[in-house]
Amino acid sequence: MTSPLEQKKIRITGPSMVTANRTWDGAVVYRTAKQGWSTELADSAIVTTSDEARALLAEATADDVGAVGPYIAPVELKDGGKVKPGNLREHIRAKGVTIDLQVPA
Amino acid sequence: MYAYDELDRTLINERVSEFRDQVKRRLSGELTEDEFKILRLQNGVYLQLHAYMFRVAIPYGTLSSKQLRRLAHVARRYDRGYGHFTTRQNIQFNWIKLAELPDALSDLAEVGIHAMQTSGNNMRNVTSDQWAGVAPGEIEDPRIWSELIRQHTTLHPEFSFLPRKFKIAITAAEHDRAAIKIHDIGLRLHKNADGETGFEVLVGGGLGRTPFIAKTIKPFVPGRDILSYIEAILRVYNQYGRRDNIYKARIKILVHELGIEKFAKEVEEEWKAMGDVGLTLDHAAIEEVRSRFSYPAYEKLPHMPDELKQAAHDPLFERWRKNSVSAHKVQGYSIVTLSLKPVGGPPGDATAEQMDAVADLADKYSFGEIRVGHEQNLALPHVAKRDLPLLFKALDRLGLATPNVNLVTDIIACPGLDYCSLANARSIPIAQELTRRFANHDTADLIGRLHINISGCINACGHHHVGHIGILGVEKNGEEFYQITIGGRADENAQLGTLIGPAVPYAEVADVIEDIVEAYLALRDRPEELFVDTVKRLGVEPIRERVYATR
Repeated sequence: MTSPLEQKKIRITGPSMVTANRTWDGAVVYRTAKQGWSTELADSAIVTTSDEARALLAEATADDVGAVGPYIAPVELKDGGKVKPGNLREHIRAKGVTIDLQVPA
Repeated sequence: MYAYDELDRTLINERVSEFRDQVKRRLSGELTEDEFKILRLQNGVYLQLHAYMFRVAIPYGTLSSKQLRRLAHVARRYDRGYGHFTTRQNIQFNWIKLAELPDALSDLAEVGIHAMQTSGNNMRNVTSDQWAGVAPGEIEDPRIWSELIRQHTTLHPEFSFLPRKFKIAITAAEHDRAAIKIHDIGLRLHKNADGETGFEVLVGGGLGRTPFIAKTIKPFVPGRDILSYIEAILRVYNQYGRRDNIYKARIKILVHELGIEKFAKEVEEEWKAMGDVGLTLDHAAIEEVRSRFSYPAYEKLPHMPDELKQAAHDPLFERWRKNSVSAHKVQGYSIVTLSLKPVGGPPGDATAEQMDAVADLADKYSFGEIRVGHEQNLALPHVAKRDLPLLFKALDRLGLATPNVNLVTDIIACPGLDYCSLANARSIPIAQELTRRFANHDTADLIGRLHINISGCINACGHHHVGHIGILGVEKNGEEFYQITIGGRADENAQLGTLIGPAVPYAEVADVIEDIVEAYLALRDRPEELFVDTVKRLGVEPIRERVYATR
């Protein structure tokens, strides 16, 4: 999974969203269509063109107090409009670690 | 143990107050993330996949039971009930909230623990042998020198904004447990022909994208001159080191580009030109730090107590003793390694309950002292041999007596893509699967000493380049693949491993490692020949042929 820290040029090839970490606690959050943040991927604003992605990222980046390190990430749109993470990295961010921990998460 | 003086305590407490104010200003929007990032990094706070990650220093790997209990408290109160011991004598908490970090730091400061310089482009935690002060044959306790260097470099303005991070490790034993040859500066304590104590100074080691083994630039620097000599190295690095390219900014690149002779000459000239800058350590200064280390009042005990003779009839105890108990410099005592590598568990993780229990066991059996090694295991450094049977039973109940130290399941692994924002692939699930494949301790004993190191990206936090078997996670077209190297080692004969073949997908890694181990077992010339020695004798090719013939 190429780290989004290396994300230089914005060019998307499929449905995407903007994600970041909430500033006060670091929780994974998604940029919503209402110019806010949600911890639910289902609430994320979905963009399908590079121009839309750039605009959504710019707007998210402007909210420096609400969330940290916004970037564009792919999603999969399932039947019925369900949104799924588009790669393993985002799956882990959305669902948690893939390992059994010795303590309940 | 080392007792901080008033100056240290003030420094740590002031840092907590500063950071509390900085966090407050960040949360109010007074500081932007760009402004805040360098401040949080100077206090060990990273932003990872799921949350902030908080890295706490364990200087030279020494903890008191009180300090370990406080780490357990932080895990329980501010995190999710566990911590992860790293490859550089730190502990990381993976789920900490920024708003609560000042309180966590404050709680740690009460017991003399801090997170200063555990990240950022500065002088990092000065690491050492986890058996320091108790290893037989040691020149002297290397932690005294680690502490002197720590005091000199902490918040030193010239070392706070270096071209890149800078790591020092020190060993004083014949066998290098501190991996000094993969550090920016490696220091090997020894005595010269006149019986004077000093250091062989190695520079330019490091892993990551461009791995190098450190080279010696001066065979002997007297102990009293070590601070000024390190300062000379840092001055040359600051003067010539590249700041324009993060991938070329480590001192290893400068040493490589200048050549070791030229680099050594530059340092020597700088050192001489510096003259007396007030950094010569006089006897009193060294003894002052030495006096702040306390050592146990050991009893006079027999080499082979009755308790040990009786317990020898228990095969489970004997297996654990042979694997995890090591010779101590004082008769009647042992060093006990506590494996944090249970079968199926994440390497290096410990729960708050385990930390509390280990602290209790340290009080009962090890003069209240615990050590942390770069192999991501713990150690109790002063255990009377008569107590070993009872300690074994207690550790077994805690899941901390897996008899796999230095064996194939004693895997070093970074957090990988399950936690880390830099990672390309997962490390921990690979380690877990391998520990299940090699769960049979008889098989692991038969294989013998074999270090597997796993990194989830080229930054190499799992030290894969120097694993006897190294596994590096990469990304290919959105999928996790793993490059495998063999023949690396991190000890006094450190060397980088050699790639054995094409990268393999996630699902095949454990099969390939099993095939590599089977090839070794078939090719070794006697049971005592270690994996790395077989690779050294035969080269990579015979193993490659066997492993990749059918792939």
